[in-house]
Parts: sequence; C-alpha cells; structure tokens
Amino acid sequence: MFRFANPARFMRFSAAILPWCAGATALLLAAGLVLALFVSPPDYQQGEAVRIMYVHVPAAYLASLAYAVVAVASAVSLIWRHPLADIAAQEAAPLGAGFTLICLISGSLWGEPMWGTWWVWDARLTSVLVLFFLYLGYIALVHAFDDPTRGARAGAILALVGVVNLPIIKFSVDWWSTLHQPESIFRLGGPTIAAAMLWPLAVMALGFTLFFVTLLLVRMRSRLLAAKIRALRLVG
Amino acid sequence: MSGFLRLVRRDLRLALRQGGDAAMVLAFFLLTVALFPFGVGPEPEVLRRIAAGTVWVTALLAALLSLERLFLADYEDGSLEALVLMPLPLEIQVLAKALAHWLTTGLPLTVVAPLLALLLHLDRSGYGALVIGMALGTPTLSLIGAVGAALTLGARRGGVLLSLLVLPLYIPVLIFGVGAVEAQIIGVSARPHLLLLVALLLAAIPLAPVAAAAALRQAVE
Repeated sequence: MFRFANPARFMRFSAAILPWCAGATALLLAAGLVLALFVSPPDYQQGEAVRIMYVHVPAAYLASLAYAVVAVASAVSLIWRHPLADIAAQEAAPLGAGFTLICLISGSLWGEPMWGTWWVWDARLTSVLVLFFLYLGYIALVHAFDDPTRGARAGAILALVGVVNLPIIKFSVDWWSTLHQPESIFRLGGPTIAAAMLWPLAVMALGFTLFFVTLLLVRMRSRLLAAKIRALRLVG
Repeated sequence: MSGFLRLVRRDLRLALRQGGDAAMVLAFFLLTVALFPFGVGPEPEVLRRIAAGTVWVTALLAALLSLERLFLADYEDGSLEALVLMPLPLEIQVLAKALAHWLTTGLPLTVVAPLLALLLHLDRSGYGALVIGMALGTPTLSLIGAVGAALTLGARRGGVLLSLLVLPLYIPVLIFGVGAVEAQIIGVSARPHLLLLVALLLAAIPLAPVAAAAALRQAVE
C-alpha cells in the first residue's frame, strides 16, 4: 500500500491501468444494459418495472462502498498522514453522493408503481437519506476551512464518525419490519433471486464498481495535476 | 476526578455569569412550540397527534442552538490551548464540557417539556415516557453535538455547517424518543424504546469524546 502512496508512482500506475478500467467499464455496462433491458425475463409480479432494479441495486451498493472507501482512506490519512489518502477520500465523496442520489431517485421511481408511493419513511430509505446528508456534510466541512489541511483532517474525523450509519443501512431491513424488501443476494442459504436476474445484476454491479474506480482515478489524477500546475505557476 | 468536576464547575459558572444562555434556549423552545398551534390550527385533536414529535423536534433544535458556543469561546481566547496541555486527558475534558452543556440545556429542556406537552394536549399517559425519554436522550444530543462543535471550530459559517453535520446524527434519538411516547399512548410498553435510548447514550459516552478530542487537537495544532 505504501508503495503507491508516492504521488509520482501513483500517476504512472494509474496512467497504465486507467484505459483498461475505462474499457472494461464500457464493455460491462453495455453488456449489462443489454442483458438487463432485453435478455432478462420480466418479473411475474412486477412486470417490466423490475428492470429498475438493475440500476437501483448497484447504485445502492456503490453508495455504501464509496462511503467505506472514504472512511478507510480517512483512517489511513489520520494514522499515516498520507496526502494521497486525503485526496482519495475527498474525491470519492462526491461520487458516493452521486450514487446515493441515483439510488434514492431510482428507488423512488420504482416505489411509485410497486408500493403506490414515491417515498415512505421506513428504516432503509431513511438511513440511506442520512447517508446522503453525511456525504453533503463531509463535502461542506472539507471546504469550510481556509487551510485545506485542516479541512482534510476535520473531514476525516467526520467520515469515521459517520461509519456508524453503514451497519444501520445494511441491517435496517432485518431489524425493523419495513416496506423495503429484505436482502435477497448475499444471504445464508444462497440467493433467493432467480439466476436469470442474478447474472445481469452481477454484470451491472461489476460495471458500476469499475465505473466508480475509473472516475475516482480520473478525479485523483486531475487533482494531482492541478496541484502541480499551481506549484509551477507559483515558481514561474 | 477533581479536575473533571472543576471543569464542569468552571463551565457552569461561565454559563451562569455570562448570563442567559440557558434562559435563551428555553425561550426559543417555548416560542417555537407556541408557533405550532398557529401553524396547524388550535384543534386539540390535531395538536394531540403531533405533540410528542413537536416537543422532541423543537428540543433538538434548541439543543443545537447553544452548541456552537461549546468550545468557541475557549478557542477564540486561547484557553483551549491551555486545556489541551492539561494533565487531564482531553477526552475527559470533553465529557466534562458536554456534561456542563447538558446541565444548561438538556436538563432545563427536560424539566419544561411536560409543560409544553400540556399546552399541546399530549395524551395524559404519555408524560412519563416523554420525560424519561428526554432525560435519557438529551445527554446523547450534547455528546454528539460536542463532536460537531469541535469539528467546525474555525470553519467559515460554522453555525450552519454544525447543524448540517449534527442533525442527521440526531435522527436515531428522535425516532426512539418519539417512539417511546407513542408506544405508551397506545398502551404498549415504552421500555424497548427507552432501552435503545440508553444504548445510544452508552455508545456515545466513550465514542463521542474520542472523536471530539481528536477534532480539538487538530484545531489547536
């Protein structure tokens, strides 16, 4: 891990893998969309509306994953003071907020035909909304200081405090009886979802993950390049 | 322990002598609750339905109001730097300051809550759960708030930012606090909700001071 903490080495490494990540993202998302929209069967209860799932579930999963990335990077930055970890946390947060918003909007669009309402105040929905606010609070806090290192440090502490919300999101459907359906993929005793739906979903989830990685690398690279340009301007 | 008590006494004395912090919070609490009958109409049935939620939400906002000043005065006049150098661990000092904050906001709010519930025609059976819930929930608010107050020290627009950071984390306390009252009113035991409030408090007592102390250290660094 420490080998890649060097920004110059990170730039070389990320330049090498970025085209592969971007290409794989394009392929997986294209294949996943074809599978999800045309190949997979409609649900016997939900009909064609079930296809919203292929966007909603990967977005929800990435909303949590991105927060985990922010939290781990924040811990690394607090413990070892790696500047690259700060950059990773700060650049992952807006992406996570975006995925959370996609998750909330697609869930709302799915809820309207299925539950007959755009929004219910149940535990899963509320905890994801809190996650969205945590992202916003983190982003606002990072930019609220004149000294950027103070913003990074304060944001890192906040990100670690907010981790308490992740298990609440995960287990909210088990702890409270909610309108949102319980976990159907990663559960003891195997998934309860049909294989014809599981495969397109898996492809989409992988595609979303690589999409996140690609965007994160692009954002971190442009952040480092911007810092370099600023340094050159100050010298010149 | 004596250092802890001395710090609590110092903060209380400052709050009392500078005057009116607690009184201001209470006035805000009363005034905001008094707005609701104008907003939703004075019918007792409507007010009875929203009484528990109104009292709790307003209490959250009132507790938030005085949070910004928790560390700000010490930060601005430099005594925070002296506090960080004290032999007493900073985490314990945060605990002391949170306790002083609770004594000047949470406790008065808990005491006047039944009066406001009376104004809003809360069902008679709900009073016990309301007061016990507030007594158990408001210390958690002070502790979580201490983290937010420490994080926003020296930030631009610190007060607004503080509410953005802290209010999402207040939601669980609100849910279980109102849940206890509602359960009592419909005749179910309020015990599970109250126990969850205790659990939140017991989690916040060791965890919040650690986060707040880390934030304070980087603020004076």
